Amino acid sequence: MEKRVTFSSTTIGLLFAFPMLLLVFVFFYWPGGQALFWAFTLEQPWGGGNKWVGFQNFAHLLKDPIYWNSITRSLVFGAGSTAIAMGVALVLAVLTDREMKGHSAYRSIFVWPYAIAAPALGLAFRFILAPEAGLLSILNRVWPDIWNPALDGNDAMIAIIVAFSWKYIGYNFIFFLSALQGIPRSLIEAAAMDGSGPLRRVFDIQLPLLTPTLFFLLVINITESFQDSFGIVDIMTQGGPARATELMVYKIYFDGFKGLDYSGAAAQSIILMVLVILLTILQFRFIERRIHYK
Amino acid sequence: MGSIAIRNVRKAYGKNAVVHGVDLEIASGEFIVVLGPSGCGKSTLLRMIAGLEEISSGEIAIDGRVVNKLEPRERGCAMVFQNYALYPHMSVGENIGYALKVAGVPKAERLRRVAETAKIVGLEAFLDRKPAALSGGQRQRVAMGRAIVREPGVFLFDEPLSNLDAKLRVAMRAEIRRLHRRLGATSVFVTHDQIEAMTLADRLIVMNGGRVEQVGTPAEVYNRPATRFVAGFVGSPAMNLMEGVVDAHDVFIYDQTRRVALPPSLAPAGARVALGVRAEAARLVPAGTEGSLDAVVDFVEELGAGRVVHTDLDGLSFAVAIAETTTLKAGDAVGIRIAPQDVHLYSAESGLRIDGKAAAPAMAAN
Amino acid sequence: MVERTPIFNAICHLILFVGLLTALLPFAVVIIAATHDIKTVNIVPMPLMPGHDFMANIHEAWVRADLGRKLFNSVIFATAVACGKVILSAMAAFSIVYFRFPGRSLIFWAIFVTLMLPLEVRIVPTYAVAANVLAPFQALLDVTGVTWLAAHLAGLQIKLQWGLLNSYPGLVLPLVATATGTFLYRQFYLTVPEELAEASKMDGSGPLRFFWDVLIPLSRSNMIALFTIMFVWAWNQYLWPLLVTTDPNFGIAVTELRSLIPSEFGLPDWNVAMAGTLLIMTPPLIVVILMQRWFVRGLISTEK
Repeated sequence: MEKRVTFSSTTIGLLFAFPMLLLVFVFFYWPGGQALFWAFTLEQPWGGGNKWVGFQNFAHLLKDPIYWNSITRSLVFGAGSTAIAMGVALVLAVLTDREMKGHSAYRSIFVWPYAIAAPALGLAFRFILAPEAGLLSILNRVWPDIWNPALDGNDAMIAIIVAFSWKYIGYNFIFFLSALQGIPRSLIEAAAMDGSGPLRRVFDIQLPLLTPTLFFLLVINITESFQDSFGIVDIMTQGGPARATELMVYKIYFDGFKGLDYSGAAAQSIILMVLVILLTILQFRFIERRIHYK
Repeated sequence: MGSIAIRNVRKAYGKNAVVHGVDLEIASGEFIVVLGPSGCGKSTLLRMIAGLEEISSGEIAIDGRVVNKLEPRERGCAMVFQNYALYPHMSVGENIGYALKVAGVPKAERLRRVAETAKIVGLEAFLDRKPAALSGGQRQRVAMGRAIVREPGVFLFDEPLSNLDAKLRVAMRAEIRRLHRRLGATSVFVTHDQIEAMTLADRLIVMNGGRVEQVGTPAEVYNRPATRFVAGFVGSPAMNLMEGVVDAHDVFIYDQTRRVALPPSLAPAGARVALGVRAEAARLVPAGTEGSLDAVVDFVEELGAGRVVHTDLDGLSFAVAIAETTTLKAGDAVGIRIAPQDVHLYSAESGLRIDGKAAAPAMAAN
Repeated sequence: MVERTPIFNAICHLILFVGLLTALLPFAVVIIAATHDIKTVNIVPMPLMPGHDFMANIHEAWVRADLGRKLFNSVIFATAVACGKVILSAMAAFSIVYFRFPGRSLIFWAIFVTLMLPLEVRIVPTYAVAANVLAPFQALLDVTGVTWLAAHLAGLQIKLQWGLLNSYPGLVLPLVATATGTFLYRQFYLTVPEELAEASKMDGSGPLRFFWDVLIPLSRSNMIALFTIMFVWAWNQYLWPLLVTTDPNFGIAVTELRSLIPSEFGLPDWNVAMAGTLLIMTPPLIVVILMQRWFVRGLISTEK
């Protein structure tokens, strides 16, 4: 889309874009380039600049089982939390869209979790899911030692997935509901006249029309599971126990700022960037093929 | 099959009543058009028949079976929506066949019936297209096909032609009429377009403010409008209406000075009434002619086949349709002659038709 | 909905109600735990009747996490990010949509691409830049030979240095440098009727007047929506503030959650931890509750 009517003053036009361009250059493009530079070089221990090492940093990483562990864990986390957050949100949104009694209350309250900072809900869930206090500890009262995220890697993974999904149910809910409300009411009525009951309409009419939203949310949820998870992991598990919850961003942070291995961290960043960019491109390609209702 | 009985049906959203009690009997196979301005409750009435709106009180029966508690799918009605409501993710064939699929009709038979229907509405070549790839008129046909394929007892149309351009609308009108003749199913067609209403209807129902104003054939409604509202609403240009009193000698007096002779003893002396005359019933005569109303030409509307002279009666505009060409221009003084037999008279208080012959107008009592 | 389906409706209500409980349970647990004393909060399961130590726990959390200072910083930080976004994005979008100059589409794509990589992903190099924001320019001068020229011709040593670590600009600026808001405005500007720009040209006003007198007033609801989501988003930032603010004077509330985790071998004073959590999570929640319409709208229109 283009405007027909425009202003021709180049100076003023550039001036308006300048502040944003400056910020983007300093805080986006320069660091991006820096990351590339570091990823292909190695800092000399006694100073004296960086030495070009080609793909050596990447080779090291890809041979490192600990790195592969973090990729696997990230994928498990991403898949698990996305499935739960999207599945639950979809059910709640479809039901709320039926506009039964109290739907306006549901509509507001289901959004609340998304307002909470990831680390804050991390701390809340750390308590709720603690093995010796809180709520889930009841399990241990009945079957001793069945639940302990501090010692058992699977339990820890479940804990961060639950916490993250809880927040993103709110997020997905907003998008699902808005997409559902964008479906013309007459379509639902036409289906009702065609003899389709409420449940059947969900599968025959509403879900197919939600496909673009489903796909869009799938990408967003996976990307967010890479980044927004940091606060939850840092507060709930610090990547433990035994690296069971060491997700990719957490490992970058740990290697870069605790281990001071800039080159390794930069190489990891590059891999993550490529992953995220691929996902985003996939999404943009799909958006172009969106179904339009009219 | 397909008779509809509507008994004292009301619809209210909370305290806000939109349909005030409608009584109607629709015979099987009839083509009924519900005409009225927007917000008059006509769509609500249709949606109550369809089962898309709950009925607040009263009852609706289809084929003698009260359907108040039945779901839309159990009522045997098919509906064509104003925006067509085609499923955008399904092809034309799937759209038409969806109702059959839901009903569990075996695939082979389903395909056969879809093909048959597509032939009726002229869409055989488009069965694999998505609605987005169709023109407005084709979408309209899909919507019709979707209704036809179910072989319903009752067709409901909710302003189905209002999204089409003028030319296509005329063509679709004829097609709907043809289809009705062919299928013979009872049809209820809601519109605000009076030409559509006049051309399609076996019987016309004029609604206003949630009430039925008149029920009758198009000719009846046009020639003997039962209420002042119908008189002003049906017909183009709208019927001229002027308010005044009746004197002791069967003469209507408007504005103290202008007089129109009425048929003998139509209305009692002293009655406050509204007098209506169709533009095509009034005659233009030279200014000052005995028994005519003094008027000044405002402007002349050229319609090609005829023309409408809009005149001004000291602030009241009055239209006269003439067939012949004219040299009249704005500012010319003319006279308007109204024959007593062309007069429609309405009570100024109730708006009901004052009629020498029938004591009460054909109107639902409220 | 269309038909009467009492049984189906009952099932729906049941599911929605369970969903409601799930959504509210963590809030309830945080609030109730914040009212108990340390002994009660560690009973398994935790008693759901509120205790009496709410104020004491709040006070303890307030002192332990220095929340007076930290909440204040958070408000400044989140407001600054939100304002920066609202203003800079409006300007950048105006430039992209309403001007025709060479390189315009390059600018468009340069800003657009930032949507792809969130800060967390490029955290390490961004941190390095924040340590000296002028480093990119120094490097440019070095490469182009300006440094060398200045040293040889004028005897000047060019050494650009401006560290943003432990400062408000350091907290705020990198978070402003993304395209989110720009695209919200772009979409909106594209829906503004052409006639408005034409009319204002006929009236003889230039781009500045048009921006100020027409576009800004028209964008008001978009600005509120953008401000709302950006405020909440910035308030909830964690990784970046954690890295940039080692000086407690510049720390924000959310990173203080770390200091509230009961240590493994110390007292399990979850009551204090939950009181602190409550204080820290409440402000954005209030914003979302009060501004729900704007929040939802902002979220949907920035992501599309």
